[in-house]
Amino acid sequence: MTATTMIPGSPERAELLKNAVKGRSLWDDARRRLFRNKAAVASMIILGLLVVLAIIGPSLAPFHYDQIRKNDVWMPPLTGGHLLGTDSLGRDLLARLLMGLGVSMAIGVVATLVSLVIGVAWGSIAGFIGGRTDEIMMRIVDTLYSLPFIFFVILLMVTFGRNILLIFVAIGAVEWLTMSRIVRGQTLSLKQKEFVEAARAAGVSQGAIIFRHIVPNLLGVVVVYVTLTIPAVIIAESFLSFLGLGVQPPMASLGTLISAGAQDMELAPWLLIFPSIVMIVTLMCFNFIGDGLRDAIDPKDR
Amino acid sequence: MLRFLLRRLLVAIPTLFLVVTLAFFMMRAAPGSPFDMERKLAPEVERNVMAKYGMNKPLGEQYLNYLKDAVHGDFGPSLKYKDKTVLDVLHENYAVSLKLGLSAILIAAIVGMSLGVIAALRQNKSADYLTMAIAILGVCIPTFVTAPLLVLAFASKLGWVPTAGWNNGALINMILPVTVLALPQIAIISRLTRAGMIEVLRSNYVRTARAKGLSESRIVRKHALRAAILPLVSYLGPACAGLITGSLVVERIFNLPGLGKFFVISALQRDYTVVMGMVIFYAALILILNLVADLLYAVLDPRVRLA
Repeated sequence: MTATTMIPGSPERAELLKNAVKGRSLWDDARRRLFRNKAAVASMIILGLLVVLAIIGPSLAPFHYDQIRKNDVWMPPLTGGHLLGTDSLGRDLLARLLMGLGVSMAIGVVATLVSLVIGVAWGSIAGFIGGRTDEIMMRIVDTLYSLPFIFFVILLMVTFGRNILLIFVAIGAVEWLTMSRIVRGQTLSLKQKEFVEAARAAGVSQGAIIFRHIVPNLLGVVVVYVTLTIPAVIIAESFLSFLGLGVQPPMASLGTLISAGAQDMELAPWLLIFPSIVMIVTLMCFNFIGDGLRDAIDPKDR
Repeated sequence: MLRFLLRRLLVAIPTLFLVVTLAFFMMRAAPGSPFDMERKLAPEVERNVMAKYGMNKPLGEQYLNYLKDAVHGDFGPSLKYKDKTVLDVLHENYAVSLKLGLSAILIAAIVGMSLGVIAALRQNKSADYLTMAIAILGVCIPTFVTAPLLVLAFASKLGWVPTAGWNNGALINMILPVTVLALPQIAIISRLTRAGMIEVLRSNYVRTARAKGLSESRIVRKHALRAAILPLVSYLGPACAGLITGSLVVERIFNLPGLGKFFVISALQRDYTVVMGMVIFYAALILILNLVADLLYAVLDPRVRLA
């Protein structure tokens, strides 16, 4: 090592810094592991394409999703300019499918965010405060866990009408339970860590410790669980739609499309098959990404 | 053990209470009434009907009355089916759901455990990958997708089985609904079994058994399997919940006269008492099964100490 490398700004020093061994953070490691997982990478690509299609597809498609054409009913795929055929009202299946995919994904993401906010707040507060508060908060979660929730969602939809906002809230309110349990467990171990002790010694308030120090460190588990919650929400919404309690026409979600397709499948099997394929592909992609993330972020849990 | 049982029962009571309360007020907050019909009832008739079912009293009083009756096992009359109590309605419809659910869980246990054991013994070989691929499909694809697709393939196109109907529980009518219900459970059970087997096969006592010179099949059957399927016991509760949810879909698609089909219809018709009765019934069922699972676990696994 020559003396010039000590001079800030010298070309030699720049060279040295460039070749220096770069430290790898936990997240770099995780990313490398994730990108080595072929199923997860393929799923990310497919899912990315599906998201793009769901967003820009409806404006590119030659037909509008609720455009009723009496002369074009029950057109099989690849006829009359309808790539995936038409339904009993002559509406283009491709246009409806793209729009339904968008609705399903939007519900999946928004309801998951609802569950994320409630679950993380609840779990981290319970875990951090501990003692009696923890005991009571987790008892509440236990109690809610043993409720047959799908019935309450059904009741909720029947009670308050079938608006899309309520679907978000209802499903999000159901899905936060597991999130809060996971977050609590993680918080319990995090709060023993030295940096939390240091923050406490420095006089940081409880609230600030929870939201500035604990919550950011929960990111790993939370990300994994979010990817696994989105498909669960999509299934829940589709389930409601299937029972006729979800998204109302002329809007569509994957669930309503499958439900409608199931009714007409003898006459027009494509109305069932294409939405089913899109649904299955979407759910599998989320699952593979979730599993991949879990293996990447928490390798000991394989 | 007794203390554990008591404590769990003490937790179960507030849970059931919460279920009753939530369901009661949600049902009553719903617009519309069970007496809405095509023809509007005359106001005095409606008043009489309301009075007959005690629905003219303040809501709080109705709630307390309902609680009092429910504790005594009286869930009231059905509001839609004249001359029938809620218990009658439950009694008439549970058999189909029970038969479906039990068949599905039995088949799921047998198939799932076999697949799981095979996958574990052939770990990282093609049989393993194939089984796990099936398991992923089973977990990912919801019942309301598998059901119509299977009907389309095996009933409409191939004509091997009827598309719908119960036909007094004829075997041929049960094949599709039971398959649809069992598939997600098969997926989960095979995953759990595989994970359990892989762990147990690495344990010291299995190594000891091998060192003693026992045959591989004896090791698997007598030593490994018993410990490996323990985690399955605690899956009993969630499995039941999954079957109940699944039955809502399956009974609707296959038009089977069971509780699941009845629940949605009753909720839409605002048959308050029947819906309440069903929610309580399902909640109690899940609570009891969870409790049974925990107790069973403790009996089977001497390492678990209940306190």
